[in-house]
Amino acid sequence: MSEDTIAGQIHHSRVHDSAHKHVSGEAVYIDDIPEPAGMLHVYVGTSASARAKITGMDLSAVRTAPDVVLVLTVDDIPGKNDISPLSVGDDPIFAPGEVSFAGQALFAVAAETRDAARRAARLGKVDYDEREPVLDVGQAREAAVCVTEPHRLQRGDTAAALAAAKHRLQGRMTMGGQEHFYLEGQVAMAVPGEDDEVLVYSSTQHPTEIQTVVSHVLEVPASAVTVETRRMGGGFGGKESQASLCAVLAALVAKRTGRAAKFRLDRDEDMILTGKRHDFEVDYDVGFDDDGRIAGVDFVFASRCGISADLSSAINDRALFHADNCYYLDNATIASLPLKTNTVSNTAFRGFGGPQGMLGGERVIEEISFALGLDPLEVRKRNFYGRTDRNVTPYHQTVEDNVIHELVAELADSSDYARRQQGIREFNSANQWLKKGLALTPVKFGISFTATHLNQAGALVNIYADGSIQLNHGGTEMGQGLFIKVAQVVAQEFQVDIDHVRITATNTAKVPNTSATAASSGSDLNGMAAQAAARIIKERLIVFAADHYGVPRQQVEFLPNRVRIGNQEVPFADLVKAAYMARVSLSSTGFYKTPKIHFDPDTGRGRPFFYFAYGAAVSEVTVDTLTGEYRVDRVDILHDVGRSLNPAIDMGQVEGGFIQGMGWLTTEELWWDDKGRLRTHAPSTYKIPTCGDRPKDLRVKLLAGRDNPEETIYRSKAVGEPPLMLAISVLHALSDAIASVADHRHCPRLDSPATPERVLATIENVRRREGLGNRP
Amino acid sequence: MREQVRFLLGQEPRELTVTDPTMTVLDYLRGEQRRCGTKEGCGEGDCGACTVVLGRLNDGRVRYEAVNACIQFLPTLDGTQLLTVEDLKRPDGSLHTVQQAMVETDGSQCGFCTPGFIMSMFALYQGTPNPPQRQEIDDCLAGNLCRCTGYGPIIAAAERMYAIGDRTGDAFRRLAGQTVDSLAAISDQETVCVGDGSRRFFAPATLDDLADLVLAHPDAQILAGGTDIGLWVTKQLRILDTIIYIGRVAELAEFGETDSTIEIGAAVTYSAAMELIAGHYPDLGELFRRLGAVQVRNAGTIGGNIANGSPIGDSPPPLIAAGATLHLRRGKDRRSLPLEAYFIDYGKQDRQPGEFVERITLPKPDAGTQFRAYKISKRFDQDISAVCAAFALRIENGRVAHIRIAFGGMAATPKRANQAEQCLSGRPWSEASVASAIAALAQDFQPITDMRASADYRLRVAGNLLRKFFIETTQASAATRVVGAGNFAHV
Ligand SMILES: Cc1cc2nc3c(=O)[nH]c(=O)nc-3n(C[C@@H](O)[C@@H](O)[C@H](O)COP(=O)(O)OP(=O)(O)OC[C@H]3O[C@@H](n4cnc5c(N)ncnc54)[C@H](O)[C@@H]3O)c2cc1C
Ligand code: FES
Ligand code: FES
Repeated sequence: MSEDTIAGQIHHSRVHDSAHKHVSGEAVYIDDIPEPAGMLHVYVGTSASARAKITGMDLSAVRTAPDVVLVLTVDDIPGKNDISPLSVGDDPIFAPGEVSFAGQALFAVAAETRDAARRAARLGKVDYDEREPVLDVGQAREAAVCVTEPHRLQRGDTAAALAAAKHRLQGRMTMGGQEHFYLEGQVAMAVPGEDDEVLVYSSTQHPTEIQTVVSHVLEVPASAVTVETRRMGGGFGGKESQASLCAVLAALVAKRTGRAAKFRLDRDEDMILTGKRHDFEVDYDVGFDDDGRIAGVDFVFASRCGISADLSSAINDRALFHADNCYYLDNATIASLPLKTNTVSNTAFRGFGGPQGMLGGERVIEEISFALGLDPLEVRKRNFYGRTDRNVTPYHQTVEDNVIHELVAELADSSDYARRQQGIREFNSANQWLKKGLALTPVKFGISFTATHLNQAGALVNIYADGSIQLNHGGTEMGQGLFIKVAQVVAQEFQVDIDHVRITATNTAKVPNTSATAASSGSDLNGMAAQAAARIIKERLIVFAADHYGVPRQQVEFLPNRVRIGNQEVPFADLVKAAYMARVSLSSTGFYKTPKIHFDPDTGRGRPFFYFAYGAAVSEVTVDTLTGEYRVDRVDILHDVGRSLNPAIDMGQVEGGFIQGMGWLTTEELWWDDKGRLRTHAPSTYKIPTCGDRPKDLRVKLLAGRDNPEETIYRSKAVGEPPLMLAISVLHALSDAIASVADHRHCPRLDSPATPERVLATIENVRRREGLGNRP
Repeated sequence: MREQVRFLLGQEPRELTVTDPTMTVLDYLRGEQRRCGTKEGCGEGDCGACTVVLGRLNDGRVRYEAVNACIQFLPTLDGTQLLTVEDLKRPDGSLHTVQQAMVETDGSQCGFCTPGFIMSMFALYQGTPNPPQRQEIDDCLAGNLCRCTGYGPIIAAAERMYAIGDRTGDAFRRLAGQTVDSLAAISDQETVCVGDGSRRFFAPATLDDLADLVLAHPDAQILAGGTDIGLWVTKQLRILDTIIYIGRVAELAEFGETDSTIEIGAAVTYSAAMELIAGHYPDLGELFRRLGAVQVRNAGTIGGNIANGSPIGDSPPPLIAAGATLHLRRGKDRRSLPLEAYFIDYGKQDRQPGEFVERITLPKPDAGTQFRAYKISKRFDQDISAVCAAFALRIENGRVAHIRIAFGGMAATPKRANQAEQCLSGRPWSEASVASAIAALAQDFQPITDMRASADYRLRVAGNLLRKFFIETTQASAATRVVGAGNFAHV
């Protein structure tokens, strides 16, 4: 206990609250919870076909398999056969008569052991009347069925601007999706309770949604369902809506049998039957002047959504909201095309469509640079949002907190961009087979859920008579450090060392009606809610102390681990004890809703974002022009987190987000065969970055001295998603290296993921356009 | 016959009658033992969340090696010490140096990968006296995936553990003598046999016992490191009736050199073989560095890689190019054949029932021979090759006197490029001959399209690799490589 500061104060680095348990293996994940006696294991039988009528299903071998206790089909669902996050009825638990993607669940089996359940689940005999599946964006454009309504942002007169522009060009970019690859797969355990009650332990970013879908499926009121989540082994958006299947089936089995039930997906099935980041085809038509300034642009963002709406509407919207990135688009039409396909329903993934929007926008900047023979960085700067003019987005929100000019200038300077670019030119002229590339790309990411009503949060703070504090809120911990940040807030409010603040599992019985821990909003929302709860109790303590000790309330001050009351100092715990004896309530909820925001999807106008988070990165790569292999040599990052609540945690988010984004754009390739079966459904075939892929030289800095101008929790900024997009610099550096094989005369139009194969194909393409043909 | 499996769990001796011989070490730990610190992230050896450390007697000392518990069968623990993350804390409850370092560098976020990293780092810490370089750390951790941190703080922890720890005072080093004694006490020459009657697991300790067993059970599945077979069980849910494990046979773990050859016993792991082979064939060393990762190389064998007969195994192409010989044994009969002759067709090898791979002979390169091997994959570390290529060349009097070219990933088996070789043999080592050989690759190979690469890319890159070999053998100063030790690996 220190006299002048508390341990765990805000704005200081503080190690993750569970770090000591992570390293010792003592941190408890769902599958580690001691199993109740007699617990059953659940597994699912899945579809072999991507699109077919089910003409027969013989489950007799499943039922008679060893140790099988129960088999569940569509007919065994008491409530709705739907787990769609928005309750629109298009996300069946079990395919109802018709299958619409390969790997879709058809039935479930509960058995005494997990092994028995897995084996039995493979014994179903299903007859299919096959239909022609719609698999990718190309086929889906022809079929022209959307899973949700397409939206459009419109500002200015795009057609006129394009027609009048001095220069104009069109193109298409394709970008792949991404598997979350949270290290802990989907899992839930349900324990039946009395009457219609059930307790579900779920690895989910959204306990309230699990509660809702379980109540719909079981046809019981939400009040009968309690969902608890202590921590996830990673989420990244993949446990927002996708945690439902495991949870509802575990709950269903538990209620049917009166025994606890657990459903943990094997990695391969996890990858096959849960959604991923959307892949997109982006068409662009841009007009610009001699300086490279954009006069008008028309974008169509077509995405593969899979079989259902899931969260695709908001994800596609967010792509539209980020096509501008940091650039002022004078006249812009940006439209979405959320296409239905016979593939697993795509879902939230860190950035939530924003990265795809931004990547499309950055391609346009690159095209302009090549068309005019300008350095892309110069074109970027010329198009940056202005501070006082040229500062209105295509969705009519004014950018008020723009720091991109200074941020990019500082980074270009600290990374030695200009001199290194020169060095790279020299390297490339001296080397025939290896080529280097360099690129600086910026990020501006809008913070808030774009569905305004989700921007609310609740917290519960209890102080016990011994002075110890228990903290609970609606946010979930998936590794991002939310719990420690919110605990820092509470410690700060009460001025107690942080180890007096006990962090507890997210639980729908403690804080109800919560939003998903998503959209980078975790600490913004829950930090504020917890602060509100703490302040309510603190106010009661102040009133009590003033009264009890007979001093004016201004003379009650919370000092580190003690309270000054008039001329005396009282340990915090003593004050609490006295307040308890005087019958003062020491428990409070807190609530927060984000101010200022509103958006009308019909008109495409409003202020969807409370504020923006900014960043920029410079990447340098070396490409082998014979094989398409490459390595990322050096990356410099400067990222804006406002006034950081916990710099160590924020650095972790920036680095981790960058590497994850790099994986998305480079080695991570999802590959379906012509029957629509995902063939990259395991880490043996789906390659996320390893240790060695981390650039040997990675320099990360947080932008210093910039409070969030908006009143966020202690003036910090959200950090979960924005850094992922810093990795766009890697793709552009690869493109720069490729362009060097023909003296930067052709925009390489490098699509993603830039696997060695795609890089080599792009090199060959640039050589062909240059008239060089294939290699001799 | 001994009907129990004996090993140390931590310091504690265990003697188990195993009824399910393909129960994985991971399921044993998480299930029966409730040691839940060891995690399952994939169940196929690719993520490292299940990493545990095995201690084995080696020249009178304990050598610690990280392996993936998810694809190791329980009976293979016989004679080893099994350490899990639960064993690391000090008796007073404080964290082990490796764990402490990880906390101090903010090396965990969600924490699910963390125990696996801790165990990989623990093995490094035990085995490597000096603070490792970044490349060494990357190689040590390449088999552990982390989706949260971006690895920076974990690398920092691997450095930090050397800065904050007193390695010599480490509890495991202090207990080393006792561990050696305990391990010696449980090792014997008895054949281990466990199972439930219908499923049997044999683990002979001598070569002759092995030969007899394989002859007596010609349908048995021979098990070496289990890095292929493990997945048949965890993913395909196959039931293996009879297993004969070769990992206890000391003769098969023998590895050494003669004046002109390197002799590799069938049970020699990549880790054991890498250094010596790299000394003679730097590119083969580099290829092994990128084969799987530490956990896989500590268990997986070169013999298994060959015996498995996969068209995308990484050892066969370079071994074929280098002119390796395969030695097989059936009962008392032995025969030898050039390695390439072993691969008949997809899923079909020249191995008789009751026969097993005993040894591989790798000739040392002649003075004038130039050797290169290349591996093309989406990711450099722990990825399966889309194409693996190996070339051996000797030029005499300006002409190609010796050329062997072998590819993986281009056909149903690892295969020599006969047509391409013919275009080069006896010709000048020139642009023109190489161009004709590249063209001939299209006659040699009709590769397939799959999730790793398209047929087009495979064929194109195969040609470009031959070109690269030409460049590297004719333009000494040209930079041609983005990974590997230095730019070049020269023979
Ligand atoms: C995560 C991971 C990554 C991998 N990466 C690579 C890679 O990059 N490149 C690569 O080439 N491979 C890779 N592999 C596969 C590779 O590890 C195996 O092919 C390995 O070499 C097989 O050896 P093993 O000792 O594990 O064989 P096992 O799995 O024990 O056996 C493999 C096969 O060989 C047979 N066999 C083994 N020994 C004998 C013998 N003495 N006589 C007769 N038959 C025998 C077995 O019956 C079985 O059919 C990877 C595997 C994993 C799990
Ligand atoms: S669980 Fe992934 S390697 Fe074992
Ligand atoms: S800390 Fe989450 S996977 Fe490594």
